[in-house]
Parts: sequence; structure tokens; C-alpha cells
Amino acid sequence: MRDVFDIAILGAGPAGGNAALASVQQGLRTVLLDEQPSAGGQVWRARSASILAAPETPESRAGAHLRSKLSTSDITYLKDARVWQIAREGDIWQLQVLSGGQSDAVEANALILATGAREFVQPVPGWTTPGVIGLAGATALFKQNLTLPGRRTVVSGTGPLLFYVASEIRRLGGEVAAVVTPNTRADWLRALPALAGKPRLLGRGALWIADLMLARVPIYWGHAVTEVLGHDAVSDVKIARLDAEWAPQKHVATIGADSLCLGNGLIPQIEPAQMLGVPIHYDAALGGWVPDVSPDGVTTIASLYLCGDGTGIRGANAAALQGRLVGLRVAADLGRNTQQARTAAQRAWRRAACFGRSMTVLSVARPGLQAVTSEDTIICRCESITRRQLLEEIDKGAASANAVKSGLRVGMGPCGGKFCQTAIAALIAKSRGRDVSTVAPPTARPPLRPVPLGAAAGSFDYDDLPIPKPAPL
Amino acid sequence: MTYDIAIVGGGIMGCSTALRLAEDGMRPVVLDQGDLAQGASGVNAGTLSLQIKRVKLMPYALKGHHLWAKMGDAVGFVKTGGYTLAFNAREAELLQERQTLKAQAGAPIEFVSNNHLRAAEPALTQSVVAASYCAEDGYANASLTGQYYRGRLKDAGIEYHEQCAVSAISKGGVFELLSPHGTIRAKRLLLAAGAWLKPLAALLDVDLPVTARINTVSVTERIPALINTVIGHATGLLTMKQKANGTVLIGGGWQGRGTPQDGRGEVDTATVRSNLALAQYAVPALGAARVLRSWTGFEANVPDFYPLAGALPGVSDAFVLGCVRGGYTIGPYIGQLMGDLILGRAPEMPLFDPGRDFQEEAI
Repeated sequence: MRDVFDIAILGAGPAGGNAALASVQQGLRTVLLDEQPSAGGQVWRARSASILAAPETPESRAGAHLRSKLSTSDITYLKDARVWQIAREGDIWQLQVLSGGQSDAVEANALILATGAREFVQPVPGWTTPGVIGLAGATALFKQNLTLPGRRTVVSGTGPLLFYVASEIRRLGGEVAAVVTPNTRADWLRALPALAGKPRLLGRGALWIADLMLARVPIYWGHAVTEVLGHDAVSDVKIARLDAEWAPQKHVATIGADSLCLGNGLIPQIEPAQMLGVPIHYDAALGGWVPDVSPDGVTTIASLYLCGDGTGIRGANAAALQGRLVGLRVAADLGRNTQQARTAAQRAWRRAACFGRSMTVLSVARPGLQAVTSEDTIICRCESITRRQLLEEIDKGAASANAVKSGLRVGMGPCGGKFCQTAIAALIAKSRGRDVSTVAPPTARPPLRPVPLGAAAGSFDYDDLPIPKPAPL
Repeated sequence: MTYDIAIVGGGIMGCSTALRLAEDGMRPVVLDQGDLAQGASGVNAGTLSLQIKRVKLMPYALKGHHLWAKMGDAVGFVKTGGYTLAFNAREAELLQERQTLKAQAGAPIEFVSNNHLRAAEPALTQSVVAASYCAEDGYANASLTGQYYRGRLKDAGIEYHEQCAVSAISKGGVFELLSPHGTIRAKRLLLAAGAWLKPLAALLDVDLPVTARINTVSVTERIPALINTVIGHATGLLTMKQKANGTVLIGGGWQGRGTPQDGRGEVDTATVRSNLALAQYAVPALGAARVLRSWTGFEANVPDFYPLAGALPGVSDAFVLGCVRGGYTIGPYIGQLMGDLILGRAPEMPLFDPGRDFQEEAI
């Protein structure tokens, strides 16, 4: 008979990692699955062996702490484990897990999805040029390998990640040609009340900005990148001033650089929850479409729980606290008494979530930013579909994300729409004069990650294939 | 205003009927609960194979095939020819018996030697014991169905409403359909909502014995050219073709889960794995290709697996069209026949009385 865990947790970032620790402390048999070689997720990403001696950062410390606690716990931790399918089989959750080229099933009574976030980039002409990288993508380079995006980099985008990336590039010996952000100083001032509750983070942010100013790195507030020049590599980056809705007004400068970090905030990865039938709704202040879920992770689906940035972007600290809260909630539903601990955890989570939410509000792109995408700019990178093609399809009557997907194959490539669907939904909304909250994402389909056909099929004997009776003659 | 006819269901059946009616001057309105052709019409595997059509529906399939060829590039039509394979003696016997009957019904199907097969499809397994070939077989791109019919309806000046689920139907002097677009009035009514026919007919207190099959389809990433034709299996439980863009589409009617009333179906892990295993058995090199997406579509049927195409029992001026086995291939043609019936003309081929006794053979 197969081993059935009390609880399976998908994603070993701050949320999933802490959910696993909380549930194992309650004596639950816990399995934690993650596709990366080390726990920590994107934000607490582990360093590769070659840079272990590098100086610590708050992120590396938090990650190391989590990894050390996981390693001394009784959690069954499956790294390099890619979950490609999840299904309810009777009373249990069955996860199909690809690892080392083979697929095996993992089963559990309860399931927590802690699938985190991905980055949104509003496409600009030239954004597919080598040397352009996401803001969040750049942090992965620093954290894992101390690698820089280039020698001289323009850092552009929204929210706090922007200043973190710029200061890390400088700390690691790179040159920041300019910082370009659609946010204004006034946007940041408005966020101050929420920031004031987190003096340590506020101080860190102030240090990043002070460092840039001391180094005389130009900071373009209220600006955005409108074009990336260069063929095989980035040569220059054009920027323009924005209006209050972030529509570009006037070309301001062309900045020489060999690389560009570009990001417009994070988006919750809701596809696994969507696929399992959790209803979703739109909340711009949480990064877009989010699942219907209570703070302690309960969904409309029995024994399915959610936590972390996959439920709405609130940042790493909130994610870690919510992970603990949801781990305790699952334990309570499985008969453990965790009431007291949950009350405390929920209070801590609320404070952190309030701060995280204010940062998300800063990061969310305003509608005018769409105008940086020219007609010939590729929006769907997998299938090379331009804004013009999308507009034509919408003009011909395609009025939903699914209709546009069917007609043009946008989102049918290897990324499954993860990179383009936010920009496409915004385009449909704009073209049809509708609010973006009325343009639902396309239907989520398995596999959650591409899976080699042979691994999905598994080993089989032809004579044992359960071939049903032939179709009627 | 009152339309000549309200057509509920904007898939291939509903749209092709609307087009025929509009050609003759009728004013139809097409209503769909979602987007046009996002049900079976848009999510099936796109196989246009005469080798998997039912014997008695072969004349309709041949006509339908011809219409798809005429639609051409706009629907991604490609005629590649197709092979149907048997991997053991029992399947070879089945293949022999079935394809002979289908050939007699008019499909140009022939049996081919192993050498012929290997020359045409070198990537196939060595385990084939018998194979048949049909030069007419091919495929179209089902994803393009919605885009295609949206354009055709617009060009013909036919009104359509998407995201327009009908919640009540009453009949006084005319039909009145309650929808998010208000009350829609029409002199006639055609129900063409595929797997959703049963709850729809129930709005008029008609019980149609419609059930739904939940067919699974999977697609791989783009890979170098591997197979040239449409590959099928003697039992009908595998269809496979490689598109011009390099992706390989794998179907065969393996069953997923869910019901039409509860929204889209869901892939069943065990059956999709068997479907993929069968594909890999037929073409071993497929094992290395990554599967990007699997999905399900609801295919409506009645107990005798023949179409519903004719007057809705007990309601004058109401009609029903659906449950056509091989409906993707046959749909554009049977829609024309349905249009003729509604126009009061004699259809070119007989239709299928929805009021029949489903325990008997239909024709």
C-alpha cells in the first residue's frame, strides 16, 4: 500500500517552508515539494556552492535559517521535484511528481499550495533583445551566483524591488547607468504610513536610495523605458516622462547601457488553485487575479489550502507568517488544538500584510503604461505574436482571453501564457472599453509544468493498457 | 423586434445552420453561453479521418470533409492521408472487419503492407501487425473554429451574442428567451448546444436523452518533423498528427471527469497517461517530447450514437441539432441540411428524428 502523508505542501519558499515547519511541529506527517535544488523560493533563494563565502544579506540569512530548520525537522522534503498534475482521488490528493526524469505519485490527505509569484513586464520595443532581464529575474542571478546582468545596467520598473536591484548591482561591482521608475516621490510619500510600521525595512530602503544618490546615479522618477536599442545586444535604452496614468509623454533621454532590468510588479501564480476549481476574483492591490481564500488558507474545496504570494502579493515576511498560520489551521482541521498559536500568528500576519499590500499598490502598473508597447512589439514571446496581431483579433470580435488564445495561439507555447496573459487581458480591456477586472484569465490546463511524454506515460506493458471497448461501428 | 429564428449554441452546428438560413433571407440570432465554438467545436483534436467515422454516417462525413477542404487555410485544413494501426491479432481482425465496411460505405480505405507503412512513416514502432490507409484523411485546427465562424457570421450580417446564457424559454405567439441581453423574441427556435442540450430542452419541458462524453486531448511542444500523416488505432482510441508548427496533437476519446453543468471538464490522470502511453507505443520517439497541455471537451450523444437532427418533439417551430458522432467533420454539412429543413425544403440527405425510439437502429 502506498504511503499517504497527512499533508503535502507545494512550494518551499517563505510560505510553504513555514507551513511545513508548523505542521510537522504539530506531529503531522508532512511532505514538502519544490522544483528548485534548495528551499527558500525566489526571495530566499540559496547560493550556489561556488559563492558560499559571499557576504550575507537579510535574504540569505532568512533563507539559511529556513533551510537549517527544514533539514533538522522530520519533514519529507523533495527537492528538484516538479509537480505536473494534481488530482483528487477519492479522499486523498494525488500529486504527479517529476524528479530525475521519472514521474512518481505522492499522496496526502490535505494539500497546501504555496506557489508564489511571477513577474509582470509590460512589453516595450526591443524587450526581447539579449541583455534585457526581469527585475525579479536579476535578483535570482545575484542570490544564486553573484552574477550581474551586464557591465552597465539601466534598472527600470516599479515598487521596492527596483531599488534593491540597483543597490545590489552596485554592491557586486556593477555600474548602474540610471534608475527609471514610473513611481513618483509622491507615490512613495503616500506609502510612508504603512512603511512606518516597519522601521527596519524603511531604513533599508532609505540606505539603498542614499547609496544611489551618493554615487550620483540618475534616478528618473515618473519615467519609463520606451524602447531598447541594439540588435544582438542592448546598446541604448530610451526613456520618456509619464503622465499621472503612466502614459508616456515626451522622450527625455537615450542612455547607453549593455543591459536592462525591467519589471512592473509581481503577479500571484494562481494556476494550480484555478485548475483545482478554486474561484478567483480581481484585486489590483494584490497584484491582479487572486483565489477566494480566507487569511488562514481555507478555500471552497475540501482539504485544499493556500498561502503566500500565490493568494495575493504581500511580500516575503507576510508569506512566512501566513505559511505558519495555514500550517496551524490544517493541523486544527486534522484534530490538533492550535487556537492560541493561530490567533497570535494571524495578528502578526495582518501587520505584515498591510505593509506588503502598500508595496504592491506602488508596484501595480497603471493603464497608461500600455502605451509603451508599440504595434510591432512582440507580446507573446513563445509564439512571436505582436500587439498589432492581437488588436486585429480583438477587432474581429474575440472578446475574451480564451477567444484570443484560440485564434492566435497566444499562451499556447511552453510558458502556457505566464509571461503574456496580463498584458493581453489589459489590451482586451482597453480595446473594448471594459475594466480589466472583467477579463478573466484563460482556462488553466494541466500539466502545471511541461512534462516529457515518456515520463508522464510511465513504464507500461502494451497488453496492460486499459483500452476501453472500441467506438460504435 | 422578432427574429425569424433564435439559435442557442454558437458551435459548428448552430453557426452553419445560421449561415444557410441567412443565405435564404431569414434573420437569425445566434446565442452562446460562452464564446463562439469554445465547446466541442473548438477543443476537439481536429481529426478529419474517414477511417474513424461510423459506417452509416459515411455519406455525411464525405460531404463534410469536402466542406472542410473548401474552408481551407482559414481553418487550418490539411489533407495528409492517414494510417490506422493494429498492434496485435485481435486488433488486426477488428481493423479488417471495420475498415472493409467503411470502404464499402464509400471511404477510399485500403489495406497496406508493412513496407509501405515504414516508407511512409519511419518513426512508427516495429510492432504494427496490420494497417489501413485513407488518402482523404487529414485534419483542421479546431482552435480556429471560433475565429472562423465569428468572421462568417459577421460577413453574412448575422447577429450573435457571446457570454449570453439562456435561462428561460417560453412560447406564446413567439419564443421568448430570457438572457443577459434581455428578452430575445423569435418565431422559431433551434437548440444546438451540444452537451448542454439536455438542460436547455428541459427549459421547454422536453426530455432529451443526451449524455456527455468527456474526451481528452493533449499537445506537445514543437518538435522536429516526426510524423507526416494522421495516425489512428484500430479501436479508435488514438488519433495523432503533427501540425505544421511542429506540435503533436494526441487524442482518441479517453475519458476525463466532470459534467457540462459544472463547467469545463477535468483531465483524469490515469486515462491521460494511458492515452500518452498508447501514443508513445505507436511512435517511440515521442517519449522525449514535452507535453505542454491536456484538456477535455464534452461530446454529446444519445443512446444509439446517431444524431439528433429535426423537430423538437412536442414543440412546434422548434428544432434540435446535435449529438453527431464525428460532429466536427460532419457539422458544417449537417448544419446546411438542418437549414434546408427549417426553410421547408427537402434536405439532400435524410435527417435524424429526435423523437425516435433510441433503442432501435436510427436508419
